Amino acid sequence: MKTGFLNDVVYLSRRYPLGVAGVIIMSVFVLAAIFAGTVSPLDPFTTNPRASLAKPSADHLMGADMMGRDVMSRMIHGARISLAVSIGATFIGSGLGAALGLASGYIGGWFDLLIQRAAEVMQSLPLLVMALVITASLGPSLPNTIIAIAIPLVPTVARVIRSNVLSLREMPFVEAAKATGMSEFRIAVVHVLPNTLAPLIVLATAQLGSTILTEASLSFLGLGVPEPWPSWGRMLSESAAEYVRTAPWLVIFPGLAISLVVFGTNLLGDALRDALDPRQRD
Amino acid sequence: MATLIEVNELKKHFPIRKGIFSRAVGAVRAVDGVSFTINEGETLGLVGESGCGKTTVGRTVLRLVEPTSGEIKVRGQEITGLSRTDMRPLRRQMQIVFQDPFSSLNPRIRVNEIVGEPLKVHGVGNKTERNDRVEQLFKRVGMRPEQMTNYPHQFSGGQRQRVSIARALALDPSFIVADEPVSALDVSIQAQVINLLMDLQSELGLSYLFVSHNLAVVEHISHRVAVMYLGRIVEYADKVSLFANPVHPYTEALLAAVPLPDPSLQRTKHRVTGDVPSPINPPSGCHFHPRCPIAVARCSEERPMLREIAPGHQAACHLR
Repeated sequence: MKTGFLNDVVYLSRRYPLGVAGVIIMSVFVLAAIFAGTVSPLDPFTTNPRASLAKPSADHLMGADMMGRDVMSRMIHGARISLAVSIGATFIGSGLGAALGLASGYIGGWFDLLIQRAAEVMQSLPLLVMALVITASLGPSLPNTIIAIAIPLVPTVARVIRSNVLSLREMPFVEAAKATGMSEFRIAVVHVLPNTLAPLIVLATAQLGSTILTEASLSFLGLGVPEPWPSWGRMLSESAAEYVRTAPWLVIFPGLAISLVVFGTNLLGDALRDALDPRQRD
Repeated sequence: MATLIEVNELKKHFPIRKGIFSRAVGAVRAVDGVSFTINEGETLGLVGESGCGKTTVGRTVLRLVEPTSGEIKVRGQEITGLSRTDMRPLRRQMQIVFQDPFSSLNPRIRVNEIVGEPLKVHGVGNKTERNDRVEQLFKRVGMRPEQMTNYPHQFSGGQRQRVSIARALALDPSFIVADEPVSALDVSIQAQVINLLMDLQSELGLSYLFVSHNLAVVEHISHRVAVMYLGRIVEYADKVSLFANPVHPYTEALLAAVPLPDPSLQRTKHRVTGDVPSPINPPSGCHFHPRCPIAVARCSEERPMLREIAPGHQAACHLR
């Protein structure tokens, strides 16, 4: 069993080198987030007037912000919030959306009509406005931020999955399952849902980046994770306008981290999509 | 021989819905009053052009499609009103093999699980017993047990069709709807699959409803043949009698359309012109009258019913 798993790992990493790159990128960030306390060189909250807007140097590898807080330490601690929000919100949003889309497309009829009209109402509001309303009513905290960002993702995922399910449920292999007397619920879960995996993964990885930025906007408006907890999105949005010329390291490093996470999840997602599809195997 | 399947005046109309309230503005009369019987161990060939409703007949008999009206009896038991739960034991007796070997197998599931799925659904045996049964089915349809753990895309069309047949056989059915099971295959593979179906029939006493537009295949495999035109059966007879003495002008035309291997033997009789009319608005009276070479006034007014022309040979034509 163990050797089989090892064989699989070796086989998959040969076949999907880009996927391995994605795994490495994501592991670095996740490990940094988990061990933030030990990894970060300085305390992320300690202000130091003399180091205000210090350039990257041996003391502050990524420089310091206006209040003289070490950017690298804030980046490492910020990984916790940014990753928790982006991964958490994407999982919850995609999972809920997939379940609703499956039910809506497979059951059809008035249920489908109801779900789709509700999705349209939600989609007619801008993502940020929706998230704003939700956090404003729930209050700012990490779990509430995750929920607030996850909910607006639901209708988009639900619609894509529904359209996929509509064509899948007419497939002969679904009819064959009906002919054996299989229950509709089991058909939906065993025969229909796994075939929607490819668009679901693509959609989820595409949304991951935007969730980090939504969190930034919410935090900027004081509705995200409260100060002084750092998050990449907030570090970026707070410094972008003021310091992009005078202290570009305040903008470059959080921006780079966000880009890398988006890049890493996309590589990982693409490899995952192919690896989970038996047709792509030999 | 005992009657296994009896279908009386079966109708399936698909409503055409329009507007925001999904009002039914018309109906596609896919099946418009079809009656036939299938005996134990017998094959009924159902032939007709594309769109004449033959596939819908097959699906409706299995209640994969709900009939609009009519009766379907399995060993004398009426099944049209049965609930899902009451239908379940009957599902073990009736199975289906589809036309397209590519979309009839779930691409994400290994073929041994596909074949074993009906056993699992009906709670037959434990895991090892089911595995043994799947292996036995694999051998029976002419496949190697080593291939059992492969995915559908690793097989050719003919092999996939064998997997479909194995799945249909899993629960030991007595009746199989074969919905154009060979029309997507190469000619040499067609022969293999047809022979497999015929071997299985003589071995297991299966009954088939064999839906096809290929007259040669139908002549080879069927005991009796029903010819469909626009949702209705126009001729229904013993195979030999139908192919030797076609009675209905449509059957004549259909048989005449089969190409002859010898180019010097040109057939000129029984040419039918025009296209099949729409099943949304079928012609009055006999559906075939606008294209019929011998139609008279009565044909456009009165629907001809199937009646016995010779013993065991029925046709729906006023003039024969």
